[in-house]
Amino acid sequence: MIDVLLITFLISLFYVAIANRIMTYLKVLAFQGVLLFVVVFLQLSEINPVNLALILLETIVFKSVAVPLFMAYVLKRNNITRESEPFLPNFVSLIIITFIVVITILLANGVEDPNLDKIFFVVALSSLFTGLYFIATRRKIITHVIGYLIIENGVFVLSLAVGNEMPMLVNLGIMLDIFASVLILGIFLNKIGDVFKDIDVDQLSRLKDH
Amino acid sequence: MIGIYLIAAFLISFLLFLNRNKIISFVLLGLFLALQGSLTVYAYLNFSSTELIYFTYDSLAILLLLTLGIIAIPAFLHSHIYLEDQPAPAQSRAIYYAAVVLLITAISAGYLANHIAVIWIFTEITTLSASALIYHHRNKLALEGTWKYVFICAISITFVFIGILFLSLSLGNASSDELSFKNLLANSSHLNPFWLRLSFIFIFTGFTAKLGLVPMFTAGIDAKDKAPAPAGALLSSVLMNLGFVGIFRFYVVIANTPLHHWANLVIGIAAFLSVFVATVYMVKVKNLKRMMAYSSIEHMGLVMLGIAAGGIGYYAAILHIILHAFVKSSMFFQFTQLYRVYQSKSIYEVGNYFKYNTTGAMVLLLGFISATAMPPSGLFVSEFLIFRSMFESNQIVLLIAVLLLLTMIIWAFGKNIFKILFIPPVMFDDSNVPVISPWESATQFALLALAVYLGLNPPAEFVELIKESVMMLPN
Repeated sequence: MIDVLLITFLISLFYVAIANRIMTYLKVLAFQGVLLFVVVFLQLSEINPVNLALILLETIVFKSVAVPLFMAYVLKRNNITRESEPFLPNFVSLIIITFIVVITILLANGVEDPNLDKIFFVVALSSLFTGLYFIATRRKIITHVIGYLIIENGVFVLSLAVGNEMPMLVNLGIMLDIFASVLILGIFLNKIGDVFKDIDVDQLSRLKDH
Repeated sequence: MIGIYLIAAFLISFLLFLNRNKIISFVLLGLFLALQGSLTVYAYLNFSSTELIYFTYDSLAILLLLTLGIIAIPAFLHSHIYLEDQPAPAQSRAIYYAAVVLLITAISAGYLANHIAVIWIFTEITTLSASALIYHHRNKLALEGTWKYVFICAISITFVFIGILFLSLSLGNASSDELSFKNLLANSSHLNPFWLRLSFIFIFTGFTAKLGLVPMFTAGIDAKDKAPAPAGALLSSVLMNLGFVGIFRFYVVIANTPLHHWANLVIGIAAFLSVFVATVYMVKVKNLKRMMAYSSIEHMGLVMLGIAAGGIGYYAAILHIILHAFVKSSMFFQFTQLYRVYQSKSIYEVGNYFKYNTTGAMVLLLGFISATAMPPSGLFVSEFLIFRSMFESNQIVLLIAVLLLLTMIIWAFGKNIFKILFIPPVMFDDSNVPVISPWESATQFALLALAVYLGLNPPAEFVELIKESVMMLPN
């Protein structure tokens, strides 16, 4: 069952590659949050119930409701255009993300470790590199943030792989999630929306060496 | 003590954030300095004891705490002068002081932490407080700098977290799950090399954002450019040392495994590229503050080259990082005076500094001599030892390449500094140049002199502490 969910997670990365609208990205993020919720429920059977409840709450409330809703609000408030305006055509994105997944699977095949389910490793690394690729090839600041959130979801998957033995690490991951997201989203998208009317990274190139 | 320190410091920071009264803020800042001083003294007296499980007063931490404590005093002094000169709204002042206190607290706790996850948490807090400092001016450029800094630091702390996860996987077959450095060191023979490799790459990449090495150095440059210069002094000295601590403590673990040579290779490549990148930018940069920031990148590159070379290089690296902190913070403090004279950062628009502020010009000249490691600068000693260690470990080709790059850096640095000192500026109206009291430069001279003293004639205890902090490394 966990395998099915994680593979669905992987498929959602392909979907992100060919999606055009920012709202679609937000829906995918929310969907990934729900997937993670179920994975946590099935995977972390051995940790104490209070901690488990906390983690479940974080995935369902924070990842799949609060963050996407807030991003949608920012989108609306700042009149950001709906298209994501990638530098590369979607077809190329799809091929590159396929490459990323294939390479991580090959890398995972080299791993001999009884402590780790390989599928966690594949999903985590794929979403890490997909997120980085996303940041590098999209024009808007808000899509950079979405790329970052995809990376965080991947990291969360990885922390679940060792979660039963070390619940502390999952909690640390949640702390990272909340801290970084609040810092990035809460303070800045608001401010940047006020100061820079149309949010494009092209406008963030005035800091130069002269 | 560390518990009291953390609670009291967070409390002071919070009160500074709420407070709008100047006198109360002086009292609070004085209290904080006293607290910082007593932590340092306490750490020295309770050498190598552990408190609250996660904090150990070891030799590296004591050395860097001492450095931080010394730099903190002029940092507050110059922050005060800076905020008097460029009046900010009471709210920005309050946020500024609160953020500086929070930054220094987080850095101190990060130095003392003996557990990789704890260092990681305090590194996150430094990102938060540094971003408040960078956004001090509340304008478009400051926002751009802050955004870039926060975003890159967020990615890099995520990288460190991934590294920690891999590290926990590499502990898989070891007896204990605890991720403290002591435990890792004790179990170093059981660590799974595959996971350890991945872990080292991620943790190293993550901490380079704070240390200022390739690949994540860019964020720090914009940050030091946009933050007020007294805060920039902290960012470019003690905060970089925190990145060093993060990498160094993990490096000690990995140096005791068969991956030692591989780790040296990774560090060496990143370090050489950093020196190279610093050279490229130093040659073309026209913004004085950014030039000093790139010079920090160069120095961190040299430090890591020393680490990668090993032998006497370990000693030299620790010495270099301490001396560099003194010299670079002194130059950043001097920059506040220079900016008051010219109201500009561009090298085109400043010049003939000796005429307008003789004492300040002396600091700049001596700072240049120190930063380029010419004798009698203390950095000369540490750089010389780094080169010697590279020579001894048969990295002749690398050494020659680095020396060539350094020559270009000295040329570019010198060209710009002498332009500032002697060549009259174009289109500069000197009718209302403010008179700057020579006493304001006293702390800057003191920092430079300290760097010379510690380099040329280090006290025996200082040498002993450095030797002890590299004791766990194989030769």
